[in-house]
Amino acid sequence: MQTNFTAAQLADPHVAESESILRKCVHCGFCTATCPTYVTLGNELDSPRGRIYLIKDMLENGRPADEEVVTHIDRCLSCLACMTTCPSGVNYMHLVDHARVHIENIYKRPLKDRLVRATLAAVLPYPSRFRLALKAARLGRPFAALLRRVPPLKAFGVMLDLAPRRIAPPSNAAQPGTRAAGAEKRGRVAILTGCAQPVLKPEINEATIRLLTRLGVEVVVPEGEGCCGALVHHMGREEQALVSARRNVDAWIKAADEGGLDAIVITASGCGTTIKDYGHMLRLDPAYAEKAARVSALAKDITEYLTSLDLPRQEAKNMTVAYHSACSMQHGQKITVAPKLLLKNAGFTVRDPAEGHLCCGSAGTYNILQPEISATLKARKVKNIEATKADIVATGNIGCITQIATGTRMPILHTVELLDWAYGGEKPALLQK
Amino acid sequence: MPETIAFLEPKQSVLSRRAAIIEDLADLLPRDCLISERRGLVPFETDAFIAYRQVPLAVVLPETTAEVAAVLRYCSRYGIPVVPRGAGTSLSGGAIPQADAVVIGLSKMSRILDIDFANRTATVQAGVTNLNISEAVSADGFFYAPDPSSQLACTIGGNIGMNSGGAHCLKYGVTTNNLLGVKMVLFDGTVIELGGKALDAPGYDLLGLVCGSEGQLGIVTEATVRLIAKPEGARPVLFGFPSSEEAGSCVAEVIGSGIIPVAIEFMDKPAISICEAFAHAGYPMDVEALLIVEVEGSEAEMEAMLSNIIEIARRHGVSTIKESQSATEAALIWKGRKSAFGATGRIADYICMDGTVPLGQLSHVLKKTSEIIDGYGLRVANVFHAGDGNMHPLILYNINDPEDAARAEAAGNDILKLCVDAGGCLTGEHGVGIEKRDLMLHQFSQADLDQQMAARAAFDPQWIMNPSKVFPLEGRPAA
Repeated sequence: MQTNFTAAQLADPHVAESESILRKCVHCGFCTATCPTYVTLGNELDSPRGRIYLIKDMLENGRPADEEVVTHIDRCLSCLACMTTCPSGVNYMHLVDHARVHIENIYKRPLKDRLVRATLAAVLPYPSRFRLALKAARLGRPFAALLRRVPPLKAFGVMLDLAPRRIAPPSNAAQPGTRAAGAEKRGRVAILTGCAQPVLKPEINEATIRLLTRLGVEVVVPEGEGCCGALVHHMGREEQALVSARRNVDAWIKAADEGGLDAIVITASGCGTTIKDYGHMLRLDPAYAEKAARVSALAKDITEYLTSLDLPRQEAKNMTVAYHSACSMQHGQKITVAPKLLLKNAGFTVRDPAEGHLCCGSAGTYNILQPEISATLKARKVKNIEATKADIVATGNIGCITQIATGTRMPILHTVELLDWAYGGEKPALLQK
Repeated sequence: MPETIAFLEPKQSVLSRRAAIIEDLADLLPRDCLISERRGLVPFETDAFIAYRQVPLAVVLPETTAEVAAVLRYCSRYGIPVVPRGAGTSLSGGAIPQADAVVIGLSKMSRILDIDFANRTATVQAGVTNLNISEAVSADGFFYAPDPSSQLACTIGGNIGMNSGGAHCLKYGVTTNNLLGVKMVLFDGTVIELGGKALDAPGYDLLGLVCGSEGQLGIVTEATVRLIAKPEGARPVLFGFPSSEEAGSCVAEVIGSGIIPVAIEFMDKPAISICEAFAHAGYPMDVEALLIVEVEGSEAEMEAMLSNIIEIARRHGVSTIKESQSATEAALIWKGRKSAFGATGRIADYICMDGTVPLGQLSHVLKKTSEIIDGYGLRVANVFHAGDGNMHPLILYNINDPEDAARAEAAGNDILKLCVDAGGCLTGEHGVGIEKRDLMLHQFSQADLDQQMAARAAFDPQWIMNPSKVFPLEGRPAA
C-alpha cells in the first residue's frame, strides 16, 4: 500500500523497517478472517488490517498515540495468526512490536494501567519474586471477587484468580549445571529455564531433562540465564526486554563456546518465538548482533529437537490426546507437524480441535490486561477442545496450560511430559489420580 | 492518489451537520457500534482497491436488522449518502466511502441462523464469511458452491452485492445461481423479504435484480443460500504449456467440446512463481502457462473426464501433466491459486482487471494484453478463471510513484476496452464499483444505462445508496 514518510523519518531504522513492512500489505483483508479479536468483536479496528492502518497513520503523521489507537493495539494478542494467513508476507510481528515501543515511549497511560503494568513487569520475569507473589496470592484469594468489582483493581482480582492453588517447591531442574547423558552421548544442548514456568510447572523441564539425558543428550542449565524478555517485550518495554536478551545471549554463547551446543532447547513456545527473534531485536547493537543471530539459529522448540533424534515408534497406548497448538508454536514458529507426529509415534491417538488457529486468550499477560476478550476466547477454545472427547489435552506453552486449565476439568499437560512417559519415564502425576 | 475517477461532490448540507449526525447515530446504536473520530475512520477509507481512498463521515457497525433499518431511516430523512461494507475485500472499490457518507459495516452480523439439510439451505446473517457457510455444513457432507478467492474473508452480503464468482463456478454457477432469498433493508428503513427456500418465487424475479446491485438497491442483512452435496471425490490436475496462447486454445477446445470440469484456472509464468513462493504447492516452474483443471465425482467419472481432457491438451502441446496425489497436495494447489492476488504484494502493488471474453478470443486477448502492458512499460501477471473466460490481468506497478500509477490505470482501461471489443464485458465477478464506472459507456448505450438507472431509482429515489458507484457521473437523472 501507499506510504507517505519523509526522508527524515526514514532515517530512523525502526521507521524504515516499518515502512518496508507496510509497503508489502495490499489491503486484501484475508487477515481479518483469522484474527481472534476481529472474529470476537467484529470491528475492523480490532483486526490486523485495521491496526496496520492505525499504526501507519500514527507513524506517518508523527502524532502522539491517543487512547483510540492504544485501545486497539492493546487488544492485539500478538498471536500472529495473521502472519500465517497473509499471502503478501507482511511482517505484522515486527510492525506491532515497533508500535508498542512507540506507544510505551510517548503515551501516558492512566495511573491504574501504569500500576498494573509496572507490577507485572517487576514480578513475572523474576522467579523468586513471582514465587513470593503467588504465596501472597493464596492469602489474597478470598478478596479476588471483591477486587474484580472495583474497576481500577480488576486486573489484580484476575491475577488472584489465575494464581495456582498449589505452589511447587523450587525444582532441581532450575539449578545451573550440567546433566550428563545417561546413554551413549549423542548431543549436547542448553535448556531454557526461564521465569514463570519453573515456578508454575517445574515438572515440564524435569521431564525434558529426564527424557533428553535418557536418550543420550547432555543437558546444560547455564549460569546467569533468565527470563527471555517476551513478557516485557510485548508491553513495549524494549530496553528491559533487550537487557534480558543480552544476558541470555551471554550465558548461551559461553555454554556454546565451552562445550559446543547442538541446540538451545525451549519448552515454552512463547519464549521460543522471542528467542528466535533475538537476531532481529539486537540487529542494531554492534556488540551483540552477530552473537544474537547465532543464538536465534540455535534456538529450537523441544519438539523440533526431538524430531532430529529419530525416536523409535512405540506401541499404541489406549489414550486420546487433543493437541492444542499454541499460537507461538503454529504462527510464531510455524511448527505444526512435529509435536503431533511425535505424539502419534509415541503411541497416542491425536485429535485436532476445531478452530485450532484461534488463540486461547492467554497470550502472555493478555489474560490479565484484557480479561473480557480473554475469557470469551477461553470459553470458545475449551468448547472446541472438549468437543474432541479426548482423554487429555497436550500443548507446548505454559501460558496456554494455565489458561485452559482454569476452564476445563480435562487434564492438560505439556507434550514433553507425555513423551517422557512414553519413552521410559514415570506416568505424569496429573494422570495418576 | 490518482484523480482520474471522481467521487461525487460531498453535500455541504451533510458535512456541516456532522456533529449533530454523529450524536443522532449514537442514539440509534449500542455502545461500540459507532466510529466517529478521524483516527478510527481512516482505516475504513478503502477496500482492496487501494488506489482510491476517501475517509467517510462516520462508520456504524449495527448488530441487528432493526439497527440497520434505524440508520437508513435516519440517513434518508436527511439525505445522507450510505456505503455498505462487508469485509472490505472489493477489488473494484465497491466499499470505498465518500466524504459525506455513513459506512454501514455488517461485520458484527456474523451468525448462522438456520441450517436446513432437508431443503438443502442455510440462512445466515450478511456478515458471515463465504467460507464459514461451507465449514458449518462440511461435516454433514455439504458445501456452498461459489468460492471467490477471498472466500476466507469476504462476506455473503458482499458476494450478493457483487454477484461474486469463483473458481468452482464453472460447474455450479455464480452467486445468483445459488441464492434463494434475502431479507433486505430499503433506503428508507423499510424491511422487505425476497425469495425463500424454493428455487423460484412467485412474481417478478426481484432477487435476480438485487443480486449484483452493488449496494444500491438496499442493504441485505440475511440471506438464504443453496447447499450442495460434496462430490465423492475431487482432484485438481496441473497442465503446463510452453505458451499462454496454447493454454488458452486448449481451454477453448475443452469447453467447446462440451466438457464441463468443476474448474479450469489459468496462471502465466509470473503468476506461477508468485503463488509458488507463498504456497509451495509444487507448480511446475519451467512452463510458460499452467492450467489447474479440477474434475470430480467417482473414480471412474474422474478418470473418464480426465482422459478426454488430456487428449485435447496433447493436441495443444501440453508439456507437463501432474495429478495431485493427496488431499494435502490438492489443498496446497488451491491455496496457492486463491492467494494469488495477495501474494502479488510480495513483489509489487497491483490493480486487478476483471474483463470477461468469449473463449474463442482468449488467446487473442492474452496476446493483445501483453502488447498493451509492454506499450506502457509495465509488468503483468495473469491468473484467472479460464473456463469462464473471466480474465484477471494483475497490472504490477509502484503505488508510491504517481506516474507509474497513472500508467497502470491507463493500461487497465485499455485492457478492459479490449475485452469489450472482443465481444466480452467489463466485469465477470468483481463488480463495476468505482473502478470501472467511467467505462460503462463503452459497454452500454445511454439508453441501456437510462433503463438501469430507472430500475435503481425505483428502489432508491433519493440516490443515497452507494451513489458514487456503477453509473458514470455524467448522464445521471437530475436530482
